[in-house]
Amino acid sequence: MVGLARTGDDGGVDVLDVARWQFGITTVYHFLMVPLTISLSLLVAGMQTAWWRTGRAKYLAMTKFWGKLMLVNFAMGVVTGIVQEFQFGMAWSSYSRFVGDVFGAPLAMEGLVAFFVESTFLGLWIFGWDRLPRRVHLACAWAFSLATMASAYFILAANSWMQHPVGVELVDGRPRLTSIWAVLTNNTVLAAFPHTIAGAFAVGGSFLVGIAAWHLWRRHRTTPADDQDRQVWRASVKLGGWVGVVAFAALAVSGDLQGKLMFEQQPMKMAAAEALCHTEQPASFSVFAVGDVGRPDCENVKSLTVPALLSFLAKNDFSSEVKGIQDLLPEYQAKYGANYPDDPRLGELSGKPIDYVPALPVTYWGFRLMIGFGAVAAGMGLLALWVTRRGRVPQGRWFPALGLLAIATPFLGNSFGWIFTEMGRQPFVVVPNPSGVDGVWMYTAQAVSSGVTVGEMLTSLIALTTVYGVLACVEFYLLRRYARAGVAAVLPGWGQPKPAPGAGDADDREQDDVLAFAY
Amino acid sequence: MDLATFWFIVIAVLWLGYLFLEGFDFGVGMLLPVLARDETERRVMVNTIGPVWDGNEVWLLVAGGATFAAFPGWYASLFSTAYLPLLLVLLALIGRGVAFEYRGKVDSPRWRATWDRVIMFGSWVPAFGVGLVLSANVLGLPLDAHGDRVGSPLVMVRWETLLGALALVGFCLVHGAAFVALKTEGDIRERARRLAVRIAPVALAPLVALLLVVQLRAGEGWTWVPLGVALLAAGAALVQLARVREGWGFAFLGVAVAAAVTTLFGALYPDVLPSTVDPANSLTVHGAASSPYTLTVMTWVAAFGTPAVLVYQGWTYWVFRRRIGTRHIPPVHVP
Ligand code: HDD
Ligand code: HEM
Ligand code: HEM
Repeated sequence: MVGLARTGDDGGVDVLDVARWQFGITTVYHFLMVPLTISLSLLVAGMQTAWWRTGRAKYLAMTKFWGKLMLVNFAMGVVTGIVQEFQFGMAWSSYSRFVGDVFGAPLAMEGLVAFFVESTFLGLWIFGWDRLPRRVHLACAWAFSLATMASAYFILAANSWMQHPVGVELVDGRPRLTSIWAVLTNNTVLAAFPHTIAGAFAVGGSFLVGIAAWHLWRRHRTTPADDQDRQVWRASVKLGGWVGVVAFAALAVSGDLQGKLMFEQQPMKMAAAEALCHTEQPASFSVFAVGDVGRPDCENVKSLTVPALLSFLAKNDFSSEVKGIQDLLPEYQAKYGANYPDDPRLGELSGKPIDYVPALPVTYWGFRLMIGFGAVAAGMGLLALWVTRRGRVPQGRWFPALGLLAIATPFLGNSFGWIFTEMGRQPFVVVPNPSGVDGVWMYTAQAVSSGVTVGEMLTSLIALTTVYGVLACVEFYLLRRYARAGVAAVLPGWGQPKPAPGAGDADDREQDDVLAFAY
Repeated sequence: MDLATFWFIVIAVLWLGYLFLEGFDFGVGMLLPVLARDETERRVMVNTIGPVWDGNEVWLLVAGGATFAAFPGWYASLFSTAYLPLLLVLLALIGRGVAFEYRGKVDSPRWRATWDRVIMFGSWVPAFGVGLVLSANVLGLPLDAHGDRVGSPLVMVRWETLLGALALVGFCLVHGAAFVALKTEGDIRERARRLAVRIAPVALAPLVALLLVVQLRAGEGWTWVPLGVALLAAGAALVQLARVREGWGFAFLGVAVAAAVTTLFGALYPDVLPSTVDPANSLTVHGAASSPYTLTVMTWVAAFGTPAVLVYQGWTYWVFRRRIGTRHIPPVHVP
């Protein structure tokens, strides 16, 4: 029965593999929406604040335009998030049983403290334009955008606990929470939170730059008559450019912090990030490699390196030793065992040797692509600031083209960052804390639901992937449509000779009675 | 009362909040093609729940999250055992959430008609699925000693659980119609009210049947009381709706669902997830609870969080208290 449950009738596909693919796909997908929501909602709240303080039409236009794009994206963030919440129980029930005493708390707090605020105040913001006093309406914008940050904090605290379990003791073979404070102030989350938020702003920055650059370019030959519109796009490009550049700086600083923690907490992940086979002192950082970095002996890999930089990343000096995979392996085997336990629930892996080396090509390239794509995005931000300096309007077609293309880069950087982080901790789902309580760790192979069949898991993988694929097209279509249409589509009366905000088509309805916004 | 029991009650309350709130917005979605005669009326209906549906849905997420935190074994066994029904619920909720936001974003009848179908699917299916899973939870699932399912992925589909599914579907229909009657004006208000009165006797019958089945199989002496209250409240709701007192009708439906949830969870206690294979495999409130420390932490969070949620969600309903009718619907303005 158990064998059947794990491998299906044909014995081919494994529940574990399907579950991993499913988690990877749904989570990376969720995290396409997440950074855009986080950054745009805060930026929009900022724009609305500027409008509130100055009363200038430009800021209202920005609030409405970027706010609308944010809403199109928000809906997808919400619905893909629901899947995340359910998945732990559905596909990873053994994991949920093992960690529930610790892991459930931040998840529940996220719901109670963050999601309720987010969803309620977002509704108030969308529908409240004419119902609420201006200040209160603005406060709603801040409430839901800060709540997205809060939700990020709680879920990252949960995730960081898996990377570095703290605040627990081992009772009856299970981690038991001893200090929620330790979990919420885990040094891993203190570093991951700024890094992730900065990654989100990298996304928001290049989103603003790309779309506004295109609009700016479209008006590059027009007369001052549509200056009003041009002001909106100029301000957006500038804002986006600055946000992108500052975000990258913050990413580098916080990433460096994470590197140092990783060196202490997950030495194997550090080595895997570099595909570092043998211990080096001082250790050089590989910028680029030619050949198969997955080979355990590092043969035939030519790599362009910067001397001693890895030592700096790991320890803040240029001379420290960084351990290589070959030297870490025996340490891991000695500490955590050479073979999986004999347990029928582990299926084919039962009693087999444990492979402590993550997928090296994924970790090596994932790490580099994360940084690389982020750097490209920041470069685009700088470029945009340069070509629009002192009132200039770029004339060439290349500018909007580059800007639009560059929107994709920070999304990719974020995805690769997560793929690296999550795959770099394999074969563990809960990584042992070298200075923590003994026995608090879990292999991914033990985490998957033991009672769920391959058929069920495959059904959900296929169904969710299909639905997500379709919805990605829909969202892209709508974003594009609204982005192209510009301010006039979201602010009736905009750009007309005598701007009268709110005055739509002349009809005999009483203005006061008509909702300012309705679905 | 010990903390584990307290958290069992908290989870029951979260489910109650969810069923009460999303109950009517499922109902609105289910009745969309029935009640509305034209596009403007469809927009009126969607806009009655526009500002609140997402906040309502979070009650489900928090019920799930709280179960994870307070009773990890319950969360793990229920969610993995009910894999396929929950998958369907998820797919439906995904479509529904997106549909509300996107249906008005392109001015084309085909576009809107497509999303209307998604809203329908997204309202009927989860009502059915959640009813199925909840009643299966109360009546028991075939669990082995490890908390895993014995039998096929569809073992939870039995006549009793189908009854549970219909119970929630029926309740949502009546509750949704009452809500539309309460929140709209003009023609549609009257139609909604009459529909509620007309379907209630049939639509609420499965709920009554489910309560009786649960009571006879697993009930305690005292759970006869909430059962009776549920029956009386449902009857009172019907009378009030017939008398054109929508507010009272809606409120009595709330009392009915509260009493029904009390009956169900009262019958469930002291188990959280009974096993139909062997009572020894049942998960119990005390066996499945998290450590006292975790429960204490969660209690503090809930003690501050829950009143705040009630206040600001209540405030939202206050802000949007006005009835809306076709004359309030702005013209379509999209790119
Ligand atoms: C760093 C940020 C971050 C990360 C790592 C995750 N999420 Fe997320 N999530 C958000 C940041 C976020 C957000 C920005 O706060 C969202 C996006 C749109 C929204 O409404 O909130 C959100 C929405 C969202 C929702 C819908 C809330 C609603 O209905 O309003 C749920 C249930 C989850 N998430 C759950 C999860 C789970 C279980 C995750 C882990 C596997 C996860 N998220 C990863
Ligand atoms: C913050 C909360 C998160 C938690 C609690 C979490 C937890 C998990 C769990 C339980 C798994 C399955 C076990 C495994 O295969 O490793 C997993 C895998 C994975 N996660 Fe995360 N994750 C989180 C966030 C993310 C995000 C935001 C992303 C990316 C956008 C991500 C990317 C992945 C990937 C790619 C895998 C598959 C790795 C593999 O199977 O080898 N995770 N994560
Ligand atoms: C500039 C230099 C950067 C460095 C040194 C750096 C370093 C790191 C490190 C060490 C981790 C892994 C943490 C762990 O697994 O414990 C990580 C994760 C991650 N990185 Fe970066 N990173 C940089 C740039 C970027 C950029 C540009 C982006 C996105 C645009 C990005 C997005 C992410 C994300 C989303 C994660 C996973 C979440 C997390 O653990 O915080 N990083 N980064």
